[in-house]
Amino acid sequence: MILPTFAFIYSNNKHKTEKKAVVRRIKYEAELDHNFGEHIAAHAYGERLMSCIQCGTCSATCPLSHYMDYTPRKVIAMTREGFKEEVLNSLTIWLCASCYSCVVQCPRQIHITDVMYALKREAIASGYFPRRLPIPVLAKAFFNLVKRNGRNTESWLLVNLYMRTNPFKMFKESILGLRLLLAGRMSLIPDRIKRRAELSTILKAVQAGKGASKS
Amino acid sequence: MNYLYYPGCSLHSTGRAYHESMIAVFKALEIPLEELDDWNCCGATSYFSIDETEAFALAARNLELAENQSGNGNANLVAPCAACYLVLTKTQHYLTTYPDIKNKVNDALDKVGLHYEGKTSVRHPLDVLVNDYGLEEISRRVKKPLKGLKVACYYGCQVVRPFATFDDALYPTSMDRLVKALGGEPIDWPLKTRCCGGSLTGTIQEVGLRLSRALLRDAQKRKADILITCCPLCQHNLECYQGRINRKMHDHIDLPVAYFTQLMGVALGIPEKELGIQRLFNKPHFTVEAPMKGEPVHA
Ligand code: SF4
Ligand code: SF4
Repeated sequence: MILPTFAFIYSNNKHKTEKKAVVRRIKYEAELDHNFGEHIAAHAYGERLMSCIQCGTCSATCPLSHYMDYTPRKVIAMTREGFKEEVLNSLTIWLCASCYSCVVQCPRQIHITDVMYALKREAIASGYFPRRLPIPVLAKAFFNLVKRNGRNTESWLLVNLYMRTNPFKMFKESILGLRLLLAGRMSLIPDRIKRRAELSTILKAVQAGKGASKS
Repeated sequence: MNYLYYPGCSLHSTGRAYHESMIAVFKALEIPLEELDDWNCCGATSYFSIDETEAFALAARNLELAENQSGNGNANLVAPCAACYLVLTKTQHYLTTYPDIKNKVNDALDKVGLHYEGKTSVRHPLDVLVNDYGLEEISRRVKKPLKGLKVACYYGCQVVRPFATFDDALYPTSMDRLVKALGGEPIDWPLKTRCCGGSLTGTIQEVGLRLSRALLRDAQKRKADILITCCPLCQHNLECYQGRINRKMHDHIDLPVAYFTQLMGVALGIPEKELGIQRLFNKPHFTVEAPMKGEPVHA
């Protein structure tokens, strides 16, 4: 959250001089994006988003909430209230492992996992995610591979991922890769479907359909 | 009943042993299984983070191919990979709930002469074996009972949540009952549907490993001899990183992790080679030595 700083105060004590900023800690109504909640709720299975009672069951059940910058409950609240920047910049949406525990426990039957997906797509579309964060890179590499071949080949996907994020990691992982290869658990030959043209016609038609419905 | 098999991408690589053992088990039980011709990737979680409608179209192509291939239209599509199973059931659910998405997807499928009707049932092999085939018949066919083997049954997230209806979403019991039918002892294990970290072990490994570790440690504490899973990603995460977890977090984890179909195959007397047991890094012992005279039998 980028909020205005009003003044700096220097506090001197025996040990050190400390510079402290006087900052407004809350956002004003006018700074929020009031359409954001409705916009996200318009995605498939998002419609119950507005009925959240902030009970926190989702955060309690989420196995990843203690690594998240905002817990799932907070993400729901912030999305609804229009904290667009904060939500799309958060690591929470990328840490969500789609385990669906929150969904089956939520007393309001909110599809929290799908809200997270909607937020991920929104973040990618509006360029909000951290450039070298491996998760969106993995998603994109996967997307392109499947689009081309109709199937995913894990070895190709991982090489692609490491090249784009952290080439050194590839060497670290290569021992495991070799063991998998020797055990017959990894293949270097790309897996493809036969009727690739058919698949690409379908995917192109989906895009064409979207363009038509927008105009 | 007519079953079509949807292996999914993982069962062609990291999950090869799952593929082999499942085929072997179905064959031993004489359940006919035919592979879906020219199936494509289900879209997995990653595709859904980029383009939702395309992801639904990908999944729907498979459901539609199954409708065509089964002849009478009422196909049972067996998807062993948890992620595929989830995506296929989710797609069905969405296309039923949102007719406008269904229309969009069908407009695209029409271009290549396919049309999705929604007649395919997506099934997990665990569901097929336990509920269609039946535990009684399975236990009748057991040749080598898993006497005394303490088994941690791990279901993971996506086989039981959120669209599956064949078992409980948080405390399922199908696999535990199956292990009992095979003569083994399922351990009481509250973490059986807690997330193993999923693809985080490949992306933010420090976090992914911690999730896997919590499961492994607890299964070991409860004296499991082996952990079995029904998902290729869970198997990979829980088996391949034990060394790294031990090194990084000063732990002592040493627990064989196999597919439930492998354990089943062993009990049915199928040779280990056909079940892909040789592909496991941590070779399990399927027989527990009888306790010496006078030694207390562990409860
Ligand atoms: S569990 Fe559901 S109702 Fe409760 S805080 Fe989470 S989203 Fe809101
Ligand atoms: S689906 Fe995501 S937000 Fe929900 S419990 Fe699982 S990791 Fe947490």
